[in-house]
Amino acid sequence: MRLNEGTLGGLARWLQAREISSVELTRSVLERIQAVEPRIRAYLTVMAEAALAMAEEADRRLSNGENVGPLTGIPIALKDNLCTVGTATTCGSKILPNFVPPYDATVVERLKQAGAVFVGKTNLDEFAMGSSTENSAYQVTANPWDVERVPGGSSGGSAAAVSADECIGALGSDTGGSIRQPAGFCSVVGLKTTYGRVSRYGLVAFASSLDQIGPLAKTVEDAAILMNAIAGRDPADSTSADVPVPDYTESLGRDVKGLRIGVPREYFVAGMDREVEAAVRAAIAHLAGLGAEAVEISLPHTDYAVAVYYLCATAEASSNLARYDGVHYGHRTAGQDNIIDMYTKTRHDGFGNEVKRRIMLGTYALSAGYYDAYYLKALRVRTLIKRDFERAFETCDVILTPTSPTPPFKIGEKTDDPLQMYLSDIFTISVNLAGIPAISIPCGFCEATGRPLPIGLQLMAPAFGEEVLFRVAHVYEQTTDSHKRRPALE
Amino acid sequence: MELEPVMGFEVHAELKTKSKVFCGCKNSFGDPPNSNVCPVCLGMPGVLPVLNRRAFELAMRVAIALDCEIAERAAFDRKNYYYPDLPKNYQISQQYAILGRNGRLDIVVDGQTRRIGINNVHLEEDAGKNVHPEHPGAKYSLVDLNRAGVPLLEIVSEPDLRSRDEAEVYMKALRSLLQYCDASDCKMQEGSLRYELNISMRPPGGPLPDYRVEVKNLASMKSVLRAIDYEIRRQTAMLEEGRRIARETALWDDLAGETRTMRSKEGAQDYRYFPEPDLVEVRIDSEWKERVRRELPELQDQRCARFASVFGLPEYDARLLTQSRLLADYFEEAVRLHANPKAIGNWIMTEILRVLGEEVEPDDLKVRPAHLAQLVEMIDSGRISGKIAKQVFPVMLETGRSPDEIVREKGLAQISDASALEGVVDEVIGENAGVAEDYRSGKDKALGRLVGQIMRKTKGQANPQLVNDLLRKKLRGE
Repeated sequence: MRLNEGTLGGLARWLQAREISSVELTRSVLERIQAVEPRIRAYLTVMAEAALAMAEEADRRLSNGENVGPLTGIPIALKDNLCTVGTATTCGSKILPNFVPPYDATVVERLKQAGAVFVGKTNLDEFAMGSSTENSAYQVTANPWDVERVPGGSSGGSAAAVSADECIGALGSDTGGSIRQPAGFCSVVGLKTTYGRVSRYGLVAFASSLDQIGPLAKTVEDAAILMNAIAGRDPADSTSADVPVPDYTESLGRDVKGLRIGVPREYFVAGMDREVEAAVRAAIAHLAGLGAEAVEISLPHTDYAVAVYYLCATAEASSNLARYDGVHYGHRTAGQDNIIDMYTKTRHDGFGNEVKRRIMLGTYALSAGYYDAYYLKALRVRTLIKRDFERAFETCDVILTPTSPTPPFKIGEKTDDPLQMYLSDIFTISVNLAGIPAISIPCGFCEATGRPLPIGLQLMAPAFGEEVLFRVAHVYEQTTDSHKRRPALE
Repeated sequence: MELEPVMGFEVHAELKTKSKVFCGCKNSFGDPPNSNVCPVCLGMPGVLPVLNRRAFELAMRVAIALDCEIAERAAFDRKNYYYPDLPKNYQISQQYAILGRNGRLDIVVDGQTRRIGINNVHLEEDAGKNVHPEHPGAKYSLVDLNRAGVPLLEIVSEPDLRSRDEAEVYMKALRSLLQYCDASDCKMQEGSLRYELNISMRPPGGPLPDYRVEVKNLASMKSVLRAIDYEIRRQTAMLEEGRRIARETALWDDLAGETRTMRSKEGAQDYRYFPEPDLVEVRIDSEWKERVRRELPELQDQRCARFASVFGLPEYDARLLTQSRLLADYFEEAVRLHANPKAIGNWIMTEILRVLGEEVEPDDLKVRPAHLAQLVEMIDSGRISGKIAKQVFPVMLETGRSPDEIVREKGLAQISDASALEGVVDEVIGENAGVAEDYRSGKDKALGRLVGQIMRKTKGQANPQLVNDLLRKKLRGE
């Protein structure tokens, strides 16, 4: 096994035992990046030199036993909507082509303090708006399992990088499924935390009341280790929760006896891929076999989730993206002689079509005469969706669903039909609206096309219930094989 | 056609906190452009606002001082519009869950008390400043974001003002209240206090008009008053011609002395207000409200009453001296140094009030309370006469030097030493034998002429009382 193919947990133990060095490990990752990037294109920026410098520093810490933790010396990739000091942060957009932040996102700072090594910034749908990473203004990332298919989105770059062993772990962001759906598509673990569990400071905002940063990793343990490092109250983020952070690795290695698994009838819909449904139902049976109890539940307002999301999220986005105006940073279209032309031409040139679409939708939803009928109404229905979950969790401990209705689709397949694209988030979106945590883990493969295409299993828990997610996910992972398979990419 | 003005004000006051309202940058006027900025107030990607609790409390203090109903849950909303001095292209303000509502400010106009309603008091962030280059044809503007994020208190009155005088008194009273609350510097010339006028006309006592003209760009109280006069004339003329006035926003052009339409409010700008998702609501419980109320600094009425009772000042004097907090502070400091409140009060009312103005605060004067105190002390101890003091004061005012220094330098000290005066007294008696005789034969008034001559010979420095005594003694042969 090459070093870059290891898991975070395993490599951490070797690093701390000084059996390997961070520089070796980082080199292995960088070599892998060089080898497969022409086909995968997961990275917008590879930070080779900086990574090796960080690796050397990590090795120093590891030798001195100074401030060493499981992340010390581990190569991590960061989604390119996370601000990193001194390194371009483009958000996959032409409106921020050379934006070099003078500050780190809080999560980036925390990983730095933990001694992580940053290998690069990964590709995403522009401003995290999309479900395939095809909306990036720079490049299309390929799914390592089938390079003609999408890795999912918007954290497609991070998911692909983890899946292709181009990093040991990664951070992404999730507003409507942007960590979980690509994790499902790439057969890796992806966690969206409870709203407020992780600081959003330094995450370029898309929809402020929905965005959360989370880990993408090769195993459940790896995800737990990353969570330990990034979670917790941040005074710079007023919406970050003042709730103590447990050691999430303590949730691993427990059993699921007596745990009630809620299966929502609304999530097993016509139009779902048959193999996806079969794999997920098999997972339910598997967990039942291990002592869990499957319970049918109902989330009656599920059908409204996509509509609510595309009103709330776009409304907030239309405001959050107003700052990209060419005045004080980012792209400015030259040659205009009045401010209105400068604004309109800059934003016309700088933003891609999906971003424009959402800004217009959001502006409309907030506009005078429509605010009550759209935005306010959406907020009210959002509360109903949240209540659905609260009620459901009275009769179960976790909710289990597929992550996506289909396996990864082909590049270009849905780009002509935005609504079709929006429906790929149908299972993940309610989670963000309710503010609860959810994880996607590998749960099998579709074989119908001849190439194995990943299927993701989603587990949801009540607010601040990440521990039960890790518990169930770990049991499932350790008693199945999907996570051991690697994409055939040589 | 008899018409009366219907006026209200929207006042913006910058709160004098150390830091801005949503970040830790320095809140300070006059620093080099873009030197008090950080990623948050610059609206860079990924940043988030954090509420400055001190700013919020100051806002609460003013709302309480204005007798507002304080919200149990106050929250912030985004006001969305594009402008280069607004880095995020939205302003964090309050629209749906405002801090204070339904308050009042009582003003006294021509001896009558009028209650002016305060519709609401809310907290928001200020924008930066656009600086337009002076040369014509310039194809650029400069943006200074030092002011972006400074805490701004907006105080909206009901349209209860009915005359220019009422408007003037209201502006001054509100300014005074803000200063008494120690909430704002209230310096219009620095932009820490800004007035927007809403004005329309109606038949006296009639229904509220269906339009109003919002006048902006009023840089001083004088401009406000001029604008009021202008609008009253303009609107009256239009209404008398039977023309309808549309709801509009107008800019006051101080040089031309007129208002100009900025935009019609019929097609008003849509700010698409929605709750600010990056900030949590602020819960104000009764305990917090009570604490802020208890900690209210002494407001104008209380201070006035205290001046009257503790310093024994007449109501009129006390009112004048407390019309501004800075003036009241000035007075009290002087009295602290020399306990003659009546005299110090008089000096302020006669000599200092007239040099104060919109842009000259007591703190700007070269004459400091200590100097004034010393001057009065010197009169009280007989070191100089009141008349001499009146010569000394202008020099103090202009140079900021202490009276002691001035008196020394000019040799103006009163001569109170009898032996020093004896010679002059004898001289004058000798030169005015006839007048002296008049006095001896019972014409009391004759003394005055002798006193006058002695004062002239001593350049006014002789202690008049002593001169009187000496003359009487010598003339009566005592």
